[in-house]
Formats: sequence, structure tokens, C-alpha cells
Amino acid sequence: MIAVHQIERAIAEALPGAEIEVVDTRGTGDHFCARVVYPGFAGKTMVEQHRMVYASLRPWLDSGELHALALETYTPEEWEARKGSRR
Amino acid sequence: MTEELKKWIDEAIAKDRVVIFMKGTPYFPMCGFSRAAVEILRAAGATEIAAYNVLENPELREGIKVYSNWPTLPQVYIDGKFIGGSDILRELHERGELARLIRG
Repeated sequence: MIAVHQIERAIAEALPGAEIEVVDTRGTGDHFCARVVYPGFAGKTMVEQHRMVYASLRPWLDSGELHALALETYTPEEWEARKGSRR
Repeated sequence: MTEELKKWIDEAIAKDRVVIFMKGTPYFPMCGFSRAAVEILRAAGATEIAAYNVLENPELREGIKVYSNWPTLPQVYIDGKFIGGSDILRELHERGELARLIRG
């Protein structure tokens, strides 16, 4: 069972300065959704952005302890635009 | 991953335009993300989807993660190009880009 703050810390260490929001979607410590807003995503494809986040969670993904992770990645500019238009 | 499996995956993604490696089948998805991925592909206009059930093939289940350098399932390829998992499909669909990829 993984805690939300463990996921947040692992991502924060890999992507310093990222704004990270993680939710334990089932309350079971194995299904999470995460939104990561990171200036370093600029110029990268979504596939590359997701790979960067996955890399920070590798041990849990490989062990199967982290069963599911719904992921949204944005640059700060994209996130501002999205907040304005949708949420 | 064996050379044989790599070659098999090379052929699988070359043979059909829209390919998904998923848990379960399009009719009986065994995972919410796989279900969502198939639904999004259909919503974006995919009529023919070549689906491979990784639950029936443990070697493929692990091998496709190495092949794509992507640690989760489902995984979608269009025209031989890795597109991503269900989150990226949803985002591409919302932007209208997925339908364009599927139309080719």
C-alpha cells in the first residue's frame, strides 16, 4: 500500500518545482490519479511527459504495487489555459 | 524480451492501422482503462481495431512494456506509431487529434 505523499514526493524529487496533485481514487493505496504541472514539460510530447513521471514511480510500477495511475501532465501555461476553459 | 517476441510485435503493429494491447477484449475488457481506451478509439471513428489480450499471454504482457518503454496497459499504436495509454487517448480525442490520426 502506497501513500499519496509517497507518490507526491517521488514525483517531486524527479521533477523539481512541479506542482503535483495526487488522489488515491479507491482509498486502497494502489489506484491513483495524478496531475503534474511542470515547466520542464515544455517542448515535450505527451508520451515523453508521461514517461518522465512514470520513471519516478518505476519501482512501484515494476513491483505491481502501483496498479493504476491516471495521469494528466501540463506545462504551467497549458494548465492556466485549461483551468480557464474547463474547470 | 526475446527477438522472436520483438519481431512478433513489430509485425502486429505493422499489420493493422489501429492496434491495442489491452487487458481483456473489446467486448469483455477486464480493466477500466482498457475499456475506456476502446471506447475512445471507437468514438474517434475507429471501426477496425486489432486487439491483443495480454492476459492470455504473460510474455506479451511484460514484453510490450519493454518494447514501448511504457510501464502500463493499455497501449495503443496507430500506423505503427506509439500513441500512449488511455489518458493520452482521451486528451488527443478532446483536442480532435485522435480522429485525424485514425482517418490517416
